[in-house]
Formats: sequence, C-alpha cells, structure tokens
Amino acid sequence: MTRPSADRRAMGFFVGFLVMALLIAGGLSYFASSAPDGLDSVTLNGCVPNAAGEPEAGTCIAQNAQDSATAGSPLAGYAVGGGEGTTGLAGILGVVACLVIGGGLFWALRRRRGPTGQDEGR
Amino acid sequence: MVAVVTAMHMSDGLVNIPTAAVFGVVAVIGLGVAVSRARRDLDDRTAPMAGLVTAFVFAVQMINFPILPGASGHLLGGALVSVLVGPWVGSICIAIVLVVQALLFADGGLSTLGANITNMALISVFVGYAVAVALRGPARRSRAGLVATAFVAALVGTVGASLGFVLEYAIGGAAGASLGTVFALMVGLHALIGIGEGIITAATVGAVAAIRPDLVYLLRGSAAPLVLRGGTAAAAEGNGS
Repeated sequence: MTRPSADRRAMGFFVGFLVMALLIAGGLSYFASSAPDGLDSVTLNGCVPNAAGEPEAGTCIAQNAQDSATAGSPLAGYAVGGGEGTTGLAGILGVVACLVIGGGLFWALRRRRGPTGQDEGR
Repeated sequence: MVAVVTAMHMSDGLVNIPTAAVFGVVAVIGLGVAVSRARRDLDDRTAPMAGLVTAFVFAVQMINFPILPGASGHLLGGALVSVLVGPWVGSICIAIVLVVQALLFADGGLSTLGANITNMALISVFVGYAVAVALRGPARRSRAGLVATAFVAALVGTVGASLGFVLEYAIGGAAGASLGTVFALMVGLHALIGIGEGIITAATVGAVAAIRPDLVYLLRGSAAPLVLRGGTAAAAEGNGS
C-alpha cells in the first residue's frame, strides 16, 4: 500500500535528525560557553558573580533567586549525580526524555486517517 | 553546590508569587488552545517530526555560545519550531522542553515555569511565526528566501521573548535593578543572542528544506492548517522525485 522506498527515506531522515540531536547534546555540549546567558547577565548586573555564577557583592536581581525545588534531582545542573564530565550523558538522557514525551504526546494527538483517507493520501 | 549554568530560564524568586501565578494561568490557557489546534497539524508523518524537533531543541538549548566577554546565549527555538512544525505544535514542543528542564535538570524554577513557557513557548514562537508568515512570499520562492526568513523570524522572536521577561519584571519583579536598566540590557543582549539564534535557525531550516521540504510547515499548501490534504499531496510529490 505505501511505497517502501518513501518510507525508508522518511525513516532515514528521522534517524539522521535524532543522531544530530544526540551528538549535539552528548558531545558538542562539552564545548558550550559557561558564561552567564542573556537573562542571567541581566539579573547579575550590579553584582559580582562567584565561580558558581551566584551573586556575591553588590545589588542585583539574582540575589532574590531561590534554588529550584528540583535542585536535588539526579540530573540537576545537567550533570548525572553532580559528577564532573557527565554533561554529555545528562544531555543524551534529556534528548531521550523529550523524544519519548513529545513523540508520545504528538503521536496520541495526531489525526488518524480513516480507511478512505489512507488510500487518498498515497 | 552545583554550578548551574542555566538557560534563558527564570529561577524561582525573580518575580513574586502572584505574578508567577498569573503567567502560570496564561501558559495553561495558551497551551490548552495549542493542543486543540495542534491536532489538525499532526499526522503519521508530522507527529514523529514534532517529537524529534522537541528533542533537537532540547539538545541545541544546551549549547551556550559567547556573545560578549562574560556573557553567552543559546537558542530558544521559537522560530525554528514554528517554521518546521507550525506554531501550535511548536509551542507544545518548547513547553515540553521547558518542563523537562525544570523537572529533571533544575533549569528554571517551578513557580516561574508559567512565565518561562509564556516567554519562550508562546511569545517567541508566535512572534517568530508572525514574522515568518509576513515573509512567506520570499520564503517559498527560493531556498535563500526561506533561510533569510528563518533568520529574521528567529532574531525578532528572541527579542520578543526577552520583552516577555521585561513585562513580568515590570508587573511583579523582585528588586535589584530599575525597569529601564532591565529593558535596555535585555533587549540589547537578546538582539545579539538573536543573531546566533538566527544563524542556528537558518542553518537547521535550510538543511531540513534541502532534504525533506515537505516536512517544513511554512512551505506547505497555503493556509496550512486547513489545507493539509494539499500538504499530503506535496509530500507524495516530494517523495516521488
């Protein structure tokens, strides 16, 4: 009913897309800048951040920031169990989590083609 | 204890609880509408694509790139998702990323999750999409037009998201800086971050369009939400070629 070559092509593209995401999260993430990002730079403006990026001397918005309730989670801070050098593994787990949750939700929400629609579509 | 290098994600405490609650309601309403509208954009082909786009945005959000000495930025992904899977599905993609980041990675506060969803999953997606639709003519005419459209949509969408924070800070922000300073710094830094966002978005959209143009939402039949049959036909053509 469906053309196998088209399906294989579609599958190849999806696999390639996933591999890209895994390589970025699992490998390129080690080269990410650790400087505060745009919002953090603004909330830290007026303070001197310490090595952990927390505000020390001065007055700034970030002094009001509180630790997340999930700060003790095993993947907190994009590290597995707080371990050094585990960013890539944490990233891969995040990619898988997003794929499972997103893929599952979107698959459940999709329009299902009726018996007629299936023939019309191809 | 953990050196949390966060994204453009507000921590708990940056806005007061009533403000956080208001934007929690905004996020729930926005996502509710998105879920009801997303159905018609999702089929056997686009549903897996949307799941992969979600995973891809999570991955790329980890990559902070330097913008100034001592400051970095990263992709938000609003324009990227709206061009690839449409604004309704796209806003759900970004919301999933933000929920995963907040719950599993302690990136972004739980009380501010609604504000973060408002800024990144709603404002950046729909501002980016509005720009993309305005430039749909050139985007459909050539690959260069599509790539340029993606760049501009991403740049404007990123600045839009930063204005979301300024609004939330104006309504109920914690003390520490004047509104004028927050506005100037947010817009200035996010104009720079938006250039990076634009480059990543343009490169990604360009790559997808080169391989599977039928999977680019912006390139589907006109008035895309209602003419999905046309999109399916275009897909069949694309597969056949």
